[in-house]
Amino acid sequence: MSASSNMNWDRRNVLRAAMGLAAAGGLAACGGNTGRSGGGSGDALVQYFHAYGEAGVEQAVKRYAKAYKDANVATQWITGNNYEQKLFAALLTKNAPDVFEFHPQIQLIKSGQVADLTDIIEPVKDDFNQADIKSHTVDGKIYGVRMIDDPQFLFYRPSLFKKAGVEVPTTLDELIEAADKLTTSKVKGIFLGNDLTSVQNPLIWSAGADTLTADNKPAFNTDAVAEGLKQLRGLFTSGNLLLDAPADSWDPSAFIQGLTAIQWCGMWAMPAMQKALGDDIGIFPFPKIGSAGKQSVYNGGWSMFVNAKGKNVEAAKEYVKWLWIDQKKYQEDFATSYGFHIPPRTSLAESATKLKSGLPAEGVKLFNEFGHFDNIGWTQAMIAAFNDVMANAVRKDGDPKAQLAACEKKVNAELKKLFG
Amino acid sequence: MSTTTTRGVAQPAPAKVSKPRPRRGLRASSTFNFWLFTGPFLIGLVIFVFVPIGWSIWLSFFEARFTVTPSEFVGFENYRQVLTDEDFLNSLVTFTVFAAFIVPATWAMSLGLALLVNRLRFMRAFFRSVFFLPTAVSYVAAALIWKMSIFNGVRFGLANTVIGWFGIDNVAWLANPDPPWYWLVIVTVRLWLQSGFYMILFLAALQNIPRELYEAASLDGAKPGWQTFRHITLPQLRATSTAVILLLLVAAYQAFDEFFNLLGKATWGQPPLVELYKMALGENQNYGAGSAGAVVLTVLICLVTLLQGKIMGFGRGEENK
Repeated sequence: MSASSNMNWDRRNVLRAAMGLAAAGGLAACGGNTGRSGGGSGDALVQYFHAYGEAGVEQAVKRYAKAYKDANVATQWITGNNYEQKLFAALLTKNAPDVFEFHPQIQLIKSGQVADLTDIIEPVKDDFNQADIKSHTVDGKIYGVRMIDDPQFLFYRPSLFKKAGVEVPTTLDELIEAADKLTTSKVKGIFLGNDLTSVQNPLIWSAGADTLTADNKPAFNTDAVAEGLKQLRGLFTSGNLLLDAPADSWDPSAFIQGLTAIQWCGMWAMPAMQKALGDDIGIFPFPKIGSAGKQSVYNGGWSMFVNAKGKNVEAAKEYVKWLWIDQKKYQEDFATSYGFHIPPRTSLAESATKLKSGLPAEGVKLFNEFGHFDNIGWTQAMIAAFNDVMANAVRKDGDPKAQLAACEKKVNAELKKLFG
Repeated sequence: MSTTTTRGVAQPAPAKVSKPRPRRGLRASSTFNFWLFTGPFLIGLVIFVFVPIGWSIWLSFFEARFTVTPSEFVGFENYRQVLTDEDFLNSLVTFTVFAAFIVPATWAMSLGLALLVNRLRFMRAFFRSVFFLPTAVSYVAAALIWKMSIFNGVRFGLANTVIGWFGIDNVAWLANPDPPWYWLVIVTVRLWLQSGFYMILFLAALQNIPRELYEAASLDGAKPGWQTFRHITLPQLRATSTAVILLLLVAAYQAFDEFFNLLGKATWGQPPLVELYKMALGENQNYGAGSAGAVVLTVLICLVTLLQGKIMGFGRGEENK
């Protein structure tokens, strides 16, 4: 039967089959798993989240999405350490998320990738941390809703400090000296992350400089920042810095496992640290550098944005409004039930009982006293340029002034493209 | 007369009619089978290779930041930017260093393994499988195992535990470019991953060498071991060696996963593909410059491959050797 059928194939049949295959291939390509669970009627949304390390966050995000009745919201939980790259690439495609979390960055606005959310935030604007509002505002329009604020500082073990006779450092010199005294054959003095990029902004702020000026000019190329880089290079080569740890600084493992006496980390890790070490935990800001410097705390965090080029912009805005503006119980749950974060809503931050005492309360205090927020003009490309400074001036023996000058050149080129 | 008779006998009408039908059917069947098996791949090739290459070339002449459908034509500006970019030029140096390490090392190791396995009289299939198995492991998974378990910088990392037995302090294998221990990590992970595959190629080639050659050499007084290997085995493996070196070189150019996962935000040890990824798909999202870099790299790979083929005689017929 099949042999006989094959014998009847002619060029026309072959052509038809080829076209059929092409059509099937095209349909198969269209029918890939986009993560969308509904049809194209405007009631199906996709949201992107980076993978949080704390247990239960993914389930919580999916639970909130399921509770929303006006649209079918699918969650893409993006694992790996290159969320930014995956997000940026996805935003150029038809399968781009309708809603995504990220940090406020002006190039997203300049390239028309994020929608103006002023109308949904305006009525509750005064209840938000005003620094967060400022960091999401361009030309009077607000482009994202802050979900959580994440202060980051240096965690230390008071018992190890006492044993080594070390006081809490307030200057970078003192921190380097403390790391030396705390280092033993089993425990390194300090862990600042495997590539040291986590502390690059605190280094700038603690030296009394800034990433950009108020009118978007480079403000990081100063003698004090160069001096800070030089001091960090000394720490890097001293043998007192923990390097190549299995988990990076955002994860409290190195601190909990006793590999280091001091670790740069965020407030989100407090519950895990307290569970492992009890009360033997203290925190202090990144110490000051030079006479004009001041201790600093990096107020990181995540914000929710709406894809302006998506098919369901209005539905996506409604969802963002529902979850991150109306649903206070979910916002508090997200901020305090899995790791500790500070809710950006003032009313929530004041009422969150878990942040009112002990170590979390100390974290909130440092956040208020020494905090520096995201600068919307400091883009991912500029961050990458300063990553190179940390790599070349601290991990490699490059001249700090030359590296800062090279970075300034790249940042200026970026600013020129953004602002002309 | 005889001609007429022969013609009449030799060309009976019914036989003449019946023969071409199956031949036509066979041809149709072959054509159909050809398209059936190659068609989907051809379509895939066009959609996923030729269209992107064409699009990339087009993009390389445009200002294409945060977009793949740009409108601002910039001529050769992206090429100028890429060819004066210190990081991109350094990545070519990195590739050269990497290729200089990995190509001869993998060639020697896979040939060595093949020679050992070929000599085995028992459990040959077992060892062949054991050495081939790493080929099935993903580069990302292997790189993470190397980074987090074997070559991490803490006291319980495997490598640090071993050197600790000899009283040597912990080494930061990947964080510190001086001394450049990261090359040890990168080269060993790739050696482990790909030696098994090339071992199979050499094994097949070894088994194709006629026994008579060794017998003849023996009769002529050749000593077994190095002398036989040098004068019989190695020349007989010339074609396979050439192909292996070519494949290794192309694979070295394509190196990405282990560098990306092992070195992260380092500025050293970045091969061209990682640089292009950072340029186009990373924080910069500059598809124009990234595409220009990809075109430059493609041209470079083609030139090196052609040059290597020319030097090593790849594809040269037996009669020309």
